[in-house]
Amino acid sequence: MAQDIQSNSEKFLLDIRDLHVQYHTDDAVVCALNGFNLQVRRGEKLGLVGETGAGKTTMALSVLRLLPEKIGKITAGSILYGEDDLVEQTEAFMLGLRGRRISMIFQDAMTSLNPIVSVGDQIMEVLDLHAPGMSRHEKSERVDRILTMVGIPPARKAEFPYQFSGGMKQRIVIAMALIAEPELLLADEPTTALDVTIQAQILDMMGRLKEQFNTAVVLITHDLGVVAEFCDRVAVVYAGKVVEEGTVEQVFGRARNHPYTVGLLNCIPDLESTAARLIPIPGQMVDPTRLPPGCAFADRCAHCMDVCRREPPEMNERDGHRILCHLFKEREG
Amino acid sequence: MYLVKYSVKRLMMLIPVILGVTLILYFVMALAPGNPARQILGANASDEQMAALEAEMGLDQPIIVQYARYILRAVQLDFGTSWINGNDVLTTFLSKLPNTLLVALVATLWAIALGIPIGIYSAVKQYSLFDYGSMIVAMLLFSLPAFWMGILSQILFCVVLRWLPATGIGDWRHLILPALILGANTLAAMIRMSRTSMLDVLKQDYIRTARAKGASKRRAVLKHAVGNSMIPVITQIGISFAGCIGGAVVTETVFTIPGIGAMLINAVKARDIPVVMGSVIFIAIIVGVINLIVDLICAKVDPRIDLAA
Repeated sequence: MAQDIQSNSEKFLLDIRDLHVQYHTDDAVVCALNGFNLQVRRGEKLGLVGETGAGKTTMALSVLRLLPEKIGKITAGSILYGEDDLVEQTEAFMLGLRGRRISMIFQDAMTSLNPIVSVGDQIMEVLDLHAPGMSRHEKSERVDRILTMVGIPPARKAEFPYQFSGGMKQRIVIAMALIAEPELLLADEPTTALDVTIQAQILDMMGRLKEQFNTAVVLITHDLGVVAEFCDRVAVVYAGKVVEEGTVEQVFGRARNHPYTVGLLNCIPDLESTAARLIPIPGQMVDPTRLPPGCAFADRCAHCMDVCRREPPEMNERDGHRILCHLFKEREG
Repeated sequence: MYLVKYSVKRLMMLIPVILGVTLILYFVMALAPGNPARQILGANASDEQMAALEAEMGLDQPIIVQYARYILRAVQLDFGTSWINGNDVLTTFLSKLPNTLLVALVATLWAIALGIPIGIYSAVKQYSLFDYGSMIVAMLLFSLPAFWMGILSQILFCVVLRWLPATGIGDWRHLILPALILGANTLAAMIRMSRTSMLDVLKQDYIRTARAKGASKRRAVLKHAVGNSMIPVITQIGISFAGCIGGAVVTETVFTIPGIGAMLINAVKARDIPVVMGSVIFIAIIVGVINLIVDLICAKVDPRIDLAA
């Protein structure tokens, strides 16, 4: 086993195995992640797609161990980061990891910044926390440099968040996430709250910065267009599980897909197609407080078989393209 | 520079407020049954004596003329003399003001010093035993009347235990009980306000951002949450301090402190119009200045407030 982890840590930066996370609310237990498996390689750009409530954000918060206190719990599984299982680590260890080795960008840049602290001080706080030995002068220079990189004039660092537009705030948040040159950046819908032109600028900038720092990026989004443009690999999440994982070419090539991915791809408007209507996925996402014994997608699936309702599907892999579906087991098995 | 300009503008806005307050007050006092001249001269005075005094005091003029004359003199800082003892109103007020201000200041300060940390800690440890305990204490302090707590504390600390003097002014020991009783309400307000505000701030996204940067929970609370949560609390401090000056009427009566609260209540009872009018004007000015200071502090804490605009 130790051997196994050793070899994996060379291959993968982050290796999430069979992760189960539950939210305990007053009236129900919500199973947010149910055997979530995901591997992130060093320096790669991975897109994590799925509809609202699929567990994308929960996965990111689990990695940082910032699930809502007393409500969110990791009930099983492991999060291997390098040679450490983050599930087992102490809070002190996590404090040194957050913002230094793993950074996160949250969805809403409008509310992500403290309104009464200048943006320069908020960026510099990362260095205060993780580079306590650095002189104030050097910290200040680092802040100037990262601000220039994200396209904000360093002269504006004494200003407060309310003095910046939405796109600029997101740039500031990105500067904050990257100033310590982390190995992994979890970007939770970083462009959803922004308009399309600003979206493109932000993605372009993130791509360039990623190259510069060789940071691996997990881009959480529900926008397949963004994934196709930005990412190397894609993981599709449904009801707390990765149901399909592969390179952008494999998944968007449409040769072989999970029925849920097929549904998602059918929802993308195509400029060249003559189809008058898009084909939506029928039904609602399965209630995460009452998961079925078999496949969670069975009720909405056009290819649903008897076995799908009885037992959970297994991962089927071909050339690194992995699909969690009974359909492919039967054909290839 | 804009601070001075803003302050002057705000103080000018006090003028219509004071005019409105005094106009209503003057009419109410003048129209209330009973004759001030009769009150001064006693039941046995002759009609001639009454008429002479009324003419001397200007009471034979229409009320609106009396009011206009009063305001004209007040603008020249002549607030008249007491009808009861002939003392100058401004001088008397200024001699009693320090007693009231001192009690109100000590009351507010201890309430802030204790209430804000309790409220913040309650919010951080929501639903803990400490949280429930502090909420019960705050509810009690809010609902128990000051005169009742005052008298009970006098019985306990002054009569039974003999630790503190019961009434009057003098050294710091005279200050303890009145300040404790007067500040009880403010303490309750501070606990509840800082807890509610802190709970709200702790849910904000920027607290999660701070945690994602690697800040410990403690640091996120102290560096990012406390400042933001204090903005509504500072406003409440101003309101509470003004309330302490108004609430002085009760504590000064219970503890026999020669302050403006006691002075005002005696003047109202005696229909001593110059003293009532003068005191109300001064108190309105004090409250206005406190509100101005509070707004300046808020602007200092919250960069989004632009006083120049």
